[in-house]
Amino acid sequence: MTNKPIYTSSKLQLLCVHNKIFITLALIKTNYAMVSQLLFLVLLLAAIGLFAYNARKIYRNIRLGKALDRSDRPVERWKTMLKVAFGQSKMTKRPIAFLLHLFVYLGFVIINIEMLEIVIDGLAGTHRIFAPLGNLYNVLIWIFEWLAFAVIISCAIFLIRRNIVHVKRFFGVEMTSWPKTDANLILVTEILLMTAFLFMNAADYKIQLHAGEDVHGAFPISSLLTGLLPESPDALHLIERACWWFHIIGVLAFLNYLPYSKHLHILLAFPNTYFSNLNPKGKFANMESVTNEVKAMLDPSFAPPPPSEEPMRFGAKDVQDLTWKSLLDAYTCTECGRCTSVCPANITGKLLSPRKIMMDTRDRLVAVGQNIDKNSSFQDDGKSLLDDHISREEIWACTSCNACTEACPVNIDPLKIIMDLRQYAVMEESQAPSSINAMFGNIENNGAPWKYAQADRANWRE
Amino acid sequence: MNEEKTLYVPTMAEMVANGEVPDILFWVGCAGSFDERAQRITHDICKILQHVGIKFAILGTEENCTGDPAKRAGNEFLFQMQAMMNIEVLNGYEVKKIVTGCPHCFNTLKNEYPSLGGNYEVIHHSQLIQQLINEGKLKAEGGESFKGKRITYHDPCYLGRGNEVYEAPRKALEVLDAQLVEMKRCRSNGLCCGAGGAQMFKEPEKGKKDINVERIEEALSTNPQVVAASCPFCMTMLQDGVKGQNKEQEVKVLDIAEITARANGL
Repeated sequence: MTNKPIYTSSKLQLLCVHNKIFITLALIKTNYAMVSQLLFLVLLLAAIGLFAYNARKIYRNIRLGKALDRSDRPVERWKTMLKVAFGQSKMTKRPIAFLLHLFVYLGFVIINIEMLEIVIDGLAGTHRIFAPLGNLYNVLIWIFEWLAFAVIISCAIFLIRRNIVHVKRFFGVEMTSWPKTDANLILVTEILLMTAFLFMNAADYKIQLHAGEDVHGAFPISSLLTGLLPESPDALHLIERACWWFHIIGVLAFLNYLPYSKHLHILLAFPNTYFSNLNPKGKFANMESVTNEVKAMLDPSFAPPPPSEEPMRFGAKDVQDLTWKSLLDAYTCTECGRCTSVCPANITGKLLSPRKIMMDTRDRLVAVGQNIDKNSSFQDDGKSLLDDHISREEIWACTSCNACTEACPVNIDPLKIIMDLRQYAVMEESQAPSSINAMFGNIENNGAPWKYAQADRANWRE
Repeated sequence: MNEEKTLYVPTMAEMVANGEVPDILFWVGCAGSFDERAQRITHDICKILQHVGIKFAILGTEENCTGDPAKRAGNEFLFQMQAMMNIEVLNGYEVKKIVTGCPHCFNTLKNEYPSLGGNYEVIHHSQLIQQLINEGKLKAEGGESFKGKRITYHDPCYLGRGNEVYEAPRKALEVLDAQLVEMKRCRSNGLCCGAGGAQMFKEPEKGKKDINVERIEEALSTNPQVVAASCPFCMTMLQDGVKGQNKEQEVKVLDIAEITARANGL
């Protein structure tokens, strides 16, 4: 009895594949560094490429807005950006949220230094390339670890505030399922990223201890996690690498999630505060096109400049009629609801919510952008920002009190959008509430918003 | 001291006819001209001006609505028509300095007229009072004593957030030696009275309650004897609110100018 194996062709093939995989695995093992470097480079370029593609779209969409000059007073603009965005100055009004947000913000800004090391290590196939910095490196890692810990705690508290304690600010008609999911996704992702970062350090620390070399880095938090990890050096290496990859892939994925998320504020808060309205809040811009017409009416000899080519519209019916700054505002909004929580109309149960104004504007702008992507130029879809997203009842409930603009930590101006929509309703459609029309009539006829004769204006003296 | 001084309020036209130039133009505003409650504030502003010897004039029948409610309601045409007409009158009289009795007029004249050709130094009457107190020309003596009285001040949006004038009206109250009690929502966090943005001229949209009720409840929670205002629209809203709560007897709503005039026995 011979036990010669009888190979069928399919079995042979399978064996070949097995061999190939084995050989490939061996190659990967020996050339791990090279392959991973290559893989990392491909991932990094793909992530940056995709982000750039989406960022360009956002830039194009913002430029659909009407012109507005915000290039004046650069020194004041830089100062505003440093104070409001970088310095978080307007966040301090709510101390608890300020403190928790500060940890996450500092975590984002400072741990990005660690990201630099991760990217260099990934590309160069090195390990902890900044380690030669010695004591400074230890201090840095020590800070990163504490910040990562603070980020995890803060995000956990944020999740509790949103989902268990139900802080009122996070609810409202506009807070439908997607905005809530978006917020939770961001918080959970941040917790996962920081956890991976800490476990990566924990594994690395344990490897360094086993090797008995001098320890590079200080690990105040992750050293407490080493007990949770296995003893085998191979397993530790695997965990360290897995966490490293999870962290960097997570960060790159998160970067590409931003264009679809309210979390875009981490980038746009800076330009948005730079381009802030620097005038007193009570000052509303005067429409130049109207000035020319009024001048021509009052003075027949006045020759107005030739009208521009494009058919002009007074006020805004759709997002393209808003200024580019209003559109940048919409992309910058992170839906925190500080505006709505101080809005007198909203507090007293009216439909108006400044946060909804911003969210509607972004939603409509994204739809207009997709329309352009599909048709190469915007094709009328029978929809508009006014009426299909924002109702008349909302815009007429505003008292123009500027509580929303004062409250916004990144200087978003919902009031400007409301006023532009009102201008369209009044100047293009003559659709004001009847009592408002009566007020217009009174001003026109007797120079006062009430029905009193102009001749009686100084009668109070008697 | 108590003899009623006759109030002399000339118009610009009258002053010019007499070959005189006023130090300041008092922009009365529509509410100050026609609203009965606001007229009393107008009188007191004039009394203060006269008391300290500032030569002032009004435009009288040549004054027109600044256009503020039209602009906030979206009617830019009407606003600019009003503005151009007013600027023509003001420039015709070579007006340099204006004091207003209303934060809305103040904001519009100060911020929105310059780019249409109207450049003036514009102050609100609370700023004038602060200035006079600082210069020692105005004190709180010779009249009603507000010493120890609980006063809470309501920030009008277009004076406060709109133009960051928070200290001037408070200065006018500090000299009274009264007990100033702030509401939780004050200064830059102040809650609107509900009249801004042309709401004064329409019914509110449907909701749980009116904004002025929300505000007056907050004001009354400080247990005040006086709710101080510095805007004729806020005055109407707050007064209505106090009436609605049946607190007219215990709580007075007074303008900064009225309080100042009373404290000085004017």
